[in-house]
Amino acid sequence: MKKVILLALAAVMTFGASAQKLKGSDTVLPLAQKEAESYSVVNKSSNVSVTGGGSGVGISALMDGSTDIAMASRKIKLDEKMKLQESGNTVIEKVIAKDALAVIVNPNNKVSQLTREQLEQIFTGKITNWKEVGGADLKIVVYSRETSSGTYEFFKESILKNKNYMASVLSMPATGAIIQSVGQTPGAIGYVGLAYLTPSVKALKVSYDGKTYIEPSFANSKNGTYPVVRPLFFYYTKKNEAKVKPFIDYVMSKDGQKIVGEVGYIDVL
Amino acid sequence: MKKFFETVVEKILMVSGTITSLTIILIIVFLFSQATGLFNSSVVEENHSLVVNSQNRVQTLTPMQIKDIFDQEITSWIEVGGEDEDIIVFRFSDITSYVSEEELGDEFQFIPQVMSKIINENPAIIAFLPDQYLPNPTDGTRVMDCGDITLGDFFGGEEWFPTAQPAPLFGVLPLILGTLWVSLAAILFALPFGLAGAIFLSELASSRVRSLLKPIIELLAGIPSVVYGFFGLVVIVPLLQDWFNLAVGETALAGAIILAIMALPTIITVAEDAIRSVPRTIREASLALGASKFQTIVKVVIPYAVSGIMAAVVLGIGRAIGETMAVLMVTGNAAVIPTTLLEPVRTIPATIAAELGEAPTGGVHYEALFMLGVILFVITLVISITVEIIASKRPKQIM
Repeated sequence: MKKVILLALAAVMTFGASAQKLKGSDTVLPLAQKEAESYSVVNKSSNVSVTGGGSGVGISALMDGSTDIAMASRKIKLDEKMKLQESGNTVIEKVIAKDALAVIVNPNNKVSQLTREQLEQIFTGKITNWKEVGGADLKIVVYSRETSSGTYEFFKESILKNKNYMASVLSMPATGAIIQSVGQTPGAIGYVGLAYLTPSVKALKVSYDGKTYIEPSFANSKNGTYPVVRPLFFYYTKKNEAKVKPFIDYVMSKDGQKIVGEVGYIDVL
Repeated sequence: MKKFFETVVEKILMVSGTITSLTIILIIVFLFSQATGLFNSSVVEENHSLVVNSQNRVQTLTPMQIKDIFDQEITSWIEVGGEDEDIIVFRFSDITSYVSEEELGDEFQFIPQVMSKIINENPAIIAFLPDQYLPNPTDGTRVMDCGDITLGDFFGGEEWFPTAQPAPLFGVLPLILGTLWVSLAAILFALPFGLAGAIFLSELASSRVRSLLKPIIELLAGIPSVVYGFFGLVVIVPLLQDWFNLAVGETALAGAIILAIMALPTIITVAEDAIRSVPRTIREASLALGASKFQTIVKVVIPYAVSGIMAAVVLGIGRAIGETMAVLMVTGNAAVIPTTLLEPVRTIPATIAAELGEAPTGGVHYEALFMLGVILFVITLVISITVEIIASKRPKQIM
């Protein structure tokens, strides 16, 4: 019975006060949900609803006005920006957090650092044995995320320079599955968000210039030396600025950015 | 009064039957209607075009060639029938490395002019552009006509790159073969165990043993498939890796073992029913003629129940082909044509489950996934028809 009352209460609240709607990237989703929860504690009359669906879905919802804020794990595309401009909206971009990707291998692997070129050749299938990059004589087993994942796209853009992964790459449905598989496969290599690193895998140092190898860590991602970092965005239209400002100010505040760290992303204070 | 009540119940039964059938037909119609647009879609991504210099002799490119050019596997026009010139690959985001952002105009109104200038200055360029920024066709540029996605590309293609730009590749051959390969292996594993289990339960087990074993086997059917998948990933995959000394444990074999375990309850239950429904008179006649219990089972009971046993097997195959989650977790999902059981494979249900979430509604990728659904539907349809035919056969006349 208690449950029913709570549910009814929740329903009333959802349809009650003027709601702010957030829609978009599944990467930003857990962060936005946490922010919305603690925002509603601070600001009792507020009502923020958060839904996922992917960065593209969020931005097209912003275009047709069915959301107030679009969450995105990639920068808005030029043609999306154009479309918004055509309908008389100026879009405002806010970087609310950053997310770093770590390249991981099995803990028993001798290799502890790779250049971007080497990573590109491994993921496109040009390098197939660890001995070619200074490791043991062992076949490289490449793990990737599914094509639908934003992480897959970001890694493809950043490391592979928009080339396609090789056909025989193993695609795993979730980050947890990649960690499990890399941890139990001696020749494995894969990539996961920094927040998901566990002792059962080893993170590689990565170099973009071929000289300095940077270890993936929160400090290095924050000061910009670690290269495989992507910003996470909120997009909203100028028209709606007054409506969404209090929530965005909260996210950018010290309390809001503390949550960013708790969820496992890098704050932008 | 009683009669009225009976009519009402009959009507309700009729309506619910009709609604169920209609729903199924609607789902099938929906499946096909979503899939049909695929073969009218252009090879190049929707609302985008490939533009070349008008002096370029290459008229058309296949999806594979486009992918190889943009992956820099093909680096000279001579490899695709043009001049001996190095190909310059141009993606729309590269535009700012050719000109400054100011030159594009405040509202990007100068992009078409800028593009035609870039293409005229670089005769060996191939540019991938959104349609609204296409340069004027009289300016020495040409939009390459690559045609539509063909049946051959789809059913004969060996590469599945649904989100590749500029031209996604939808070769379903590895997916179809992967699905059949895993299911076939699974049924070969499940058949001996399933049959043995069914014979033991129906003929040999005491009623106490049966009342203990039967619920346990039925419980197997109730375990969620994601639990099987997790069990496979954590237990079976490392085990296979050790036994066969493999580089990678996520293989078709791991999928087949998990599917075999999952198909067992279906096979055992249906086959046991078939064996138990062999008339007592036939059994007793065999025993009365002096046959031993074993001889009766092998020579009389099983031949009599063979159509029911076959139905059990085919139902088990159906279960294996449609299974999604467990397979997604243990087979590695690499879209390559399998040659042995010790390689990763990607199945149709796993592909649909993993990709449909982010495929834009109504887009080419979405339609291709629905086409995969149609293929799966046709496979299961063939299986159910086979079951019908086998199960409706009269038991073989003995002697």
